[in-house]
Order: sequence, then C-alpha cells, then structure tokens
Amino acid sequence: MKAVRTPEENRRISWFCFFATLAFLGLVLLLDQLIKPTSPMYMLLTVLQKGSVYALAAVSMNLLNGCTGLFSLGHAGFMLIGAYTYAIFTIPSASRDTVYQYYDAAVRFSFPEVFGNAMGPAGTALGVLVAVILAGLMAAAFAYLIGLPVLRLKSDYLAIATLGFAEILRAVCQWQKLGPITNGSNLLKSFARVSKFKLVLGSTKLTLSTFVPVLIAAVSIMIIVKLINSTYGRAFKAIRDDEVAAEAMGINLARHKMISFTVSSFFAGVAGAMMAMVLSIAQASNFKSAMTYEILLMVVLGGIGSTSGSVIGSFLFVAASEWWLRGLDSGTFLGINAPNIFRNGFRLVVFSVIIMIVVLFFRQGIMGERELTDVWLNRRRARQKKKEAGK
Amino acid sequence: MDKTILPYLISGVSVGGQYALIAIGYTMVYGILRLINFAHGDVFMVAGLMMVYAAAAMPLSLAIPLVIILTVLLGFTIERVAYRPLRTAPRMSVMISAIGVSYLLQNLALYITGGLNKNYPQIPWISDRVTVLGMETSRVTIITPFLTVFLVVLLVLLINHTKIGMAMRAVSLNFETSQLMGIRINSVISATFIIGTFLAAVGSMLFFTNYPGVVPTSGAMPGLKAFVAAVFGGIGSIPGAVIGAFIIGIAESLIKGLDTILIVNGTITEQIGLATFSDAFTFVLLIIILVFKPTGLFGEKTTDKV
Amino acid sequence: MRKDRPCILKTEDITMQFGGVVAVNNFSMEEYEGEIVAIIGPNGAGKTTAFNVITGVYAPTNGRVSFDGKTVIENCPRGKMKKSYLGENAGKYTHVIEPTPDRLTALGMARTFQNIRLWKSMTVFDNVLIAKHMKRSSNLFSATFGLNRAEDRQQREEADALIETVDLADVRDELSTSLPYGKQRRLEIARALATEPKLLLLDEPAAGMNPQETVELTKFIGEIRDQFHVSILLIEHHMDLVMDISERIYVLDFGSMIASGTPAEIQANEKVIDAYLGVTDDA
Repeated sequence: MKAVRTPEENRRISWFCFFATLAFLGLVLLLDQLIKPTSPMYMLLTVLQKGSVYALAAVSMNLLNGCTGLFSLGHAGFMLIGAYTYAIFTIPSASRDTVYQYYDAAVRFSFPEVFGNAMGPAGTALGVLVAVILAGLMAAAFAYLIGLPVLRLKSDYLAIATLGFAEILRAVCQWQKLGPITNGSNLLKSFARVSKFKLVLGSTKLTLSTFVPVLIAAVSIMIIVKLINSTYGRAFKAIRDDEVAAEAMGINLARHKMISFTVSSFFAGVAGAMMAMVLSIAQASNFKSAMTYEILLMVVLGGIGSTSGSVIGSFLFVAASEWWLRGLDSGTFLGINAPNIFRNGFRLVVFSVIIMIVVLFFRQGIMGERELTDVWLNRRRARQKKKEAGK
Repeated sequence: MDKTILPYLISGVSVGGQYALIAIGYTMVYGILRLINFAHGDVFMVAGLMMVYAAAAMPLSLAIPLVIILTVLLGFTIERVAYRPLRTAPRMSVMISAIGVSYLLQNLALYITGGLNKNYPQIPWISDRVTVLGMETSRVTIITPFLTVFLVVLLVLLINHTKIGMAMRAVSLNFETSQLMGIRINSVISATFIIGTFLAAVGSMLFFTNYPGVVPTSGAMPGLKAFVAAVFGGIGSIPGAVIGAFIIGIAESLIKGLDTILIVNGTITEQIGLATFSDAFTFVLLIIILVFKPTGLFGEKTTDKV
Repeated sequence: MRKDRPCILKTEDITMQFGGVVAVNNFSMEEYEGEIVAIIGPNGAGKTTAFNVITGVYAPTNGRVSFDGKTVIENCPRGKMKKSYLGENAGKYTHVIEPTPDRLTALGMARTFQNIRLWKSMTVFDNVLIAKHMKRSSNLFSATFGLNRAEDRQQREEADALIETVDLADVRDELSTSLPYGKQRRLEIARALATEPKLLLLDEPAAGMNPQETVELTKFIGEIRDQFHVSILLIEHHMDLVMDISERIYVLDFGSMIASGTPAEIQANEKVIDAYLGVTDDA
C-alpha cells in the first residue's frame, strides 16, 4: 500500500533521498576515475550512462502515462528533437563543415564554444547545460503544438495520433530540404559527447563521462518527483482516476493535460540530448517507435505510476539487454555451451519473453504503484509497532 | 501527363488493396475488443518469413496453404495467450500486451533470420510481367485490387447473412449485453482473429511479391498504415477500412512520385525530396481525421453517459 | 420561498435532445440564495440530465442558465440540430456560451454524482485536498519547488476541517474505495464543499441508504446549508428526505416539468401522483 506520510516523515524522507543521491553521484564519480575504457568492468559504466538516459525517459513517460493517464506513444519523437537540438548547438565551428558535408550548415555557433571562449572551462560546462536545456525547450515547444489538437482525443486515438506525430517529426528531420539544419538523412556527430567530458584541476584530470549524464538524470528526476508530489501532481492523478470528477472539482482538463504533456516532453527532450551525449551520434533512424515501446515496457516492468519503479525498470532493462544476457548472444551462458542456440539476437528474444511474462502475470510490475520510500516506510512502521507491542 | 501519373496510380491502387487486407483485421478486432492489435502488422511480416522458409523446403502448392494455416494459427494463439487473460484488465494493459507481442515477434524474426534480408519466393503467374494500358507492370499489381474487393464482398456477406456474422455485429455494438444474451464471446473473438489473420496472410503474399525484401521490421509500417486506414474509414466499419486503405495507398504512391510529377507538370524545376513524406503523409491524414471527424468517414458517433 | 434573496440559479427553457430523444424539455426553474430545492420524478425523467446541463457537462440543445445573476450557459439549435430539433422556443436564444464544467465550479457551483465518482487510488484526505487545487494562487513553478508552503499548509488544514465536519476523521488516511457506501457519499459531499461553492448540487445523496441513515442525512444537509452558507439543489427518490428538507420542489416526468411548489402542494398534486403510480420508496 502507498504509505501516507506525516510531515515529519516527509521531511526525513526528502533529506534521506537527497543525501542518498549525493552519495550515489559520489560513487559514480569515483567509478569514472577507476574504470578505464579498456577494463572488462567498463560495461558497468556503459550501463550507468545508458541507464540514466532511459531512466529519465521512463520517468518522464511515467509522468504522462502513469500519473496523468494519458496514453501517449510519441516519446521517441520528442527525444529525437532533444537529441538533434543538443547536437546542432554543440558542434564546434571547426567541425561544422565536415559534419554537414552536403549542406551549408545554418547554425554556425556552438554554445560550449561561445561560453567557453568568454569564460574558460566553466563556460564550456555552462554551454553544454544551456544546450541541454534548449533541447528540452524545443521538445516542449513541439509538444505544445502537437498537444493542442491531440490531447482531447480518447486514449486509443491519443496513442495513435502521438505515434503518428513522432513519425512525422522523424520524416521531417530527414528531409533533405532541412539539411542545413538537420543534415538531412545523414547523422550528426562531433558534438559535445561524454568521452570529452573532463575536469582539469591543476595537474589532476577528472573523467566525468558517466558523472555528467547521471547528474543530469538525477536532477531532472528530482524535479519530476517534486512535481508529482505537489498539488499539480495530485491533480494529474485525479485526472487519471476520473477526469469527469476532476473537471467537476474545478480542474481544467485541457490546461492540466497540456502541462503534463509539455513537462513530460521537456524531459524527454533532455533525455534525447543525453542519448546523443552518450552515443556520440544523433541519428533520426535511432528514434523509431520501437524506442517508445521499449521505454513503455521499462515503465511497465517497474510498475506504472511508480517513479522509483521506472528508474529500477529502466536500469534492469538496460543491464539485462546490454550486459547480463550478453552471453545468450555469444555461445555460452551460465556455463551452458550451445552456440547454435546462443547466437546473435537470442538475448532479445529471451528478454521479450520475460517482458511478456511480466505483462501477463505481474501486471503491477516490480513496485506496483508504490515508491521505494513507501516500502522503506512501511517496514519502519512495522518495526516500530513491534517495538511498542514488545514494551 | 497521364503517362506520368498512371504508374503511380496503379501501384497505389495495388498497395492500397494490400493495406486493405491488413486493415480489415485491425478494424474488426478494434470493433469487438476496442483493442489496437499492435501485433497484427508483425503477424503479416511473420507470414512473409514463413513463406520464405517454406518455399525453400517444399513446392509452392504445399507452401502456400501451409503458410496460411500456420499464420491463422499464430493469430489465434496470440489472442488466446496474450489478450484473453487480460480481458478484464484496464484497456492500457491489453494494449501494452499487444506491444509486447509485437516486440517479441520482431525479435524472434531478427534472431531466426540472423539479421539478413530474406528474399520472398517468386510465385509463378502472379509475378509475371504484363502490359496494361500501355504500361508494364507485374500481374499481382493488377490482380490485387480485384482479389481484395472479392474477399471483402465475401466477408460482408458473411457478416450480414450468417449467424456468426450477426454475433460479431452484436458483440461490436455491446460487449456485455451480448455475453448476457448467451453469445459465446470466446468463439466470436476467435473467429474475428482467424478471419483477420487469414486476410493478412493473403495480403502478405500479394505484398511481398511486389516488394520482395522481408526484414523483421517489414510489418511495422504497413501495419501502422493499415491501422490509420481503419481509423480513417471509421473504426469498426469494414467498407470504411477498405476505402481508407485505398486512399492511403494511392496517396502514398503519388507522393513517392510527386517530385517527378511536378517536374513534368512544370510546377517545380528540381527534386525537392518530397518522397520522404510519403510515409509521414499517412499520419498527417490521421491527424486531420482525428481532429475533424474522429469517428472516421463512415463511423458512428456515440455519446458517453455521465 | 425566499424571493427577497437574490436568485442564485435560474434555468430558462433548457432542452436536451440526444438524436431523436428529448431527454429534458423546456425546463425552467429558479433557486434563491439559501434555499433547499429538490428535483424529483420517476426514473428516466431527465433529472440527472438536467443536472449535467446546469453543471456544464452537456451543452443544452436550447436554453439558458444563469448563475448568481449572470448568464453562464446559453445555446440554440445549430447545424444538424436545426432541422431535427423537436423542442420549443427554438428562436428565443441567440448566443452560444459553452463553458467547461471547471469554469462553473470556479464560479461557485459544485456537485456530487449519482454513482459516486471518488478518486479510487487516493485516500480520503487526498480526495478532499485535491478539490482545493482550484483555489490555489501558486503557479506550477512555485508549487513544484515548494515555495508555496504556507498555502499548502492552509489548504491541508481546511481539508482536515472539512473531514472533521463530515465525521470522517477516523478514516482520513484510508483509501476512498475501502469506505462503506454511506461514508463514500459523505466524502463526496466534503470534496464538493472543498471548492467553496455557493450552490451545491447533490445527485441522489440518499441512494442506497437505510431509513436511519436517511434521517441523519436529512439533518446533515440542513447543517451544511447553515454552516457553509450554500444553497442546495438536490435530486432525490427518497420521499421522506425530500418532503422533510426541501422548501420547494420541481417534478419532472419524461423530460418535462409537470408541477412545482411546496412539499404540501406537490403531495396533493394529481399529475404527480399519476406519474408516480406504482413507484414506491426504493431501498
């Protein structure tokens, strides 16, 4: 059951989460220095990087689908916008023409460069931040325009309409006429990516490759959690549970649905920027509807409506598909040697079966509708009760 | 001018017919279960793959009926395993299950084919080249629309003049009451899936004869477009889905050739890459119909009771 | 009749036509501040439909609704309806004013529903607290980042006070669905009161209650009217409740008003007795 918290408990939990996140970030920073790209443990860093991208994508989708009840399948489209915006505004001017081989690049500056020249290394970091925020804003802007006609549709139609818009966005980004901006059907590269994220303090060089995406994800997810716990978050849940009653109690449906949609899409855009950062390329064909489906499955795996569930679900998904089940693709798994079965693609098959099992038999997902903090809180209260009874 | 447009028109009518055969499956299932069967397009793709492997192992006269039977079996099984258990669950759960099945089918196909493009076998006679209206094309392009209309007419007759057809109509109008009136819901639903999948299997044979490359994602786009066709024509209406599919097929084909047409026409002087939008156009159409007439061209309006 | 008080709600000729069926036909009524007015009638008479028109859930096919002196809803047969309109007074109303229900709630109209629409995944407290959302003065940013702590605390206190008033304090943190029927109805009323309405519309508040509970509810409604200074408009089938508490009654049958007046007048009215022939107090 979702635990109802006293204000005292609430404050404790908030501080605990804050410090736990700080500790986690510290750990990630440490791992960044200790694990080199050549190490066999490097997979852990890749999982952390990709995991944080998908964690943010899943949490932002959960805000829209799980909390507000708007079944939208357009997430990949907004991530695409975010990825491209980020890439376009962080390609150094020196590399501009090599990247835009066939076109005359329209955007000729890069935020990290501009700020970096003015303010030194801190400026470069600021430039990256500005580009990420701009990525989110662009995605939110498109979401606003798309939301105007689409948000009043019934759930099934909303799903297909948003799916359609995502496909339209993808086609538009690949259109040769927009080549000067999007590079047409060619991918974007050479922009600010994780392998380049370093901090130089005197004579020490700190690698920030995993730290930066995890930091961005952590901050973004914290903001989303605060939104969900606010009066607006409760209004969203009211819309999900019964929108007729919500409207009767003074909640303007169009306005609140639009808020949820644009905020969710903003963070989808940020996740897209992170994806570009982590993959080092931005390519429209990566952002097909299959990506939206995968994120949806991550949300379902974790439990629709639960933010910690979405985070857990996405890290599990990434770890399993990229790392743990790797053996299923390369002949030997858990000591069983069967190269005829365990070949390329088997990993995804096993994974899809697991997902189907969850969807059919564990519909609540891992967390149901609860958060990690609820589980912890219930346990703590049970322990306190036992202590009282024992006295 | 005619000479430029005609090949696109003809190929558009043909692909429209293939979409129609898929669209019917979507619209029938949605009419009865209010479920968007995301896996339907992938079943279509699996039918294509099955033919590739079957044709390599046995003569076509055996392969064709075998593939049809296996595909129908697949559709039937999917309903039993992935949709029936969730019938009492909230709508989103079933849709997510459909997405899960779609994901599984695509990954299975990827695994089995090893990621390689598979080439669809040439079915003699329908893949022969013929000359029609001064234009050279393959026979399948000409046959498809006729075959489609024929099958649709058969289906409409079945729906309107048989007991099972009446049961289907009843269930799509009111699920609960039909159950209370003693209609065997499970049989009706299974029959719906069987018919829809059968048509998709036939459609796959026609489609892949025209576009012989079969990849795991071959079903995604046609499936999506077929669904849009069903929505466009009015979800639950079979003639509507068919008309919608033909419109989409023709529009898609014309847009693919739009650059060429406009150049010959004199409207533009050079290629502006409008073909990129041939897929996207389907969705523009979808948005337009959803915004202006969500019940589709032939759909019926229902008011919700508060 | 408190005609010396301002008119809080007035409907003029509201007609609701669905396809070929006229569910509400030319219904005109008035309610004055502080009154308790009831709408009664056999099942299917169009009472809830009338409520839905007044609260903006349906736009009427024809007619006007005025709240607190201003016209808030108005419509006339348009488009396809122009030809198929079966009601009267088609040319009388010329403007089109179609607010969404939340607009009307903001103006001071709140309602409960015939088949209780509580938010199922939320607790009793949250159900009431959410209804306070519309009274916020904070924006998205300040709410998200906790800059509205004072307002949040105040709203929570108000919600708790309401829960006290309806005697649900002991189940404050339970899921709304875990409550027995009677308590759910009280919760719905508390939720509606959280929007600080001037007019409270209750759709069959006594449905499913036994005689004892109905007596308590009768007292309760009177107390609410006095404590919160709201006018009350209710739909009811329980005749003892209606006759006990209403100051005036409107009777609908097949969508049309067949009688209106004080409880005494209505009880003696031939047409009303005819319409209800064979209908007893439902349990």
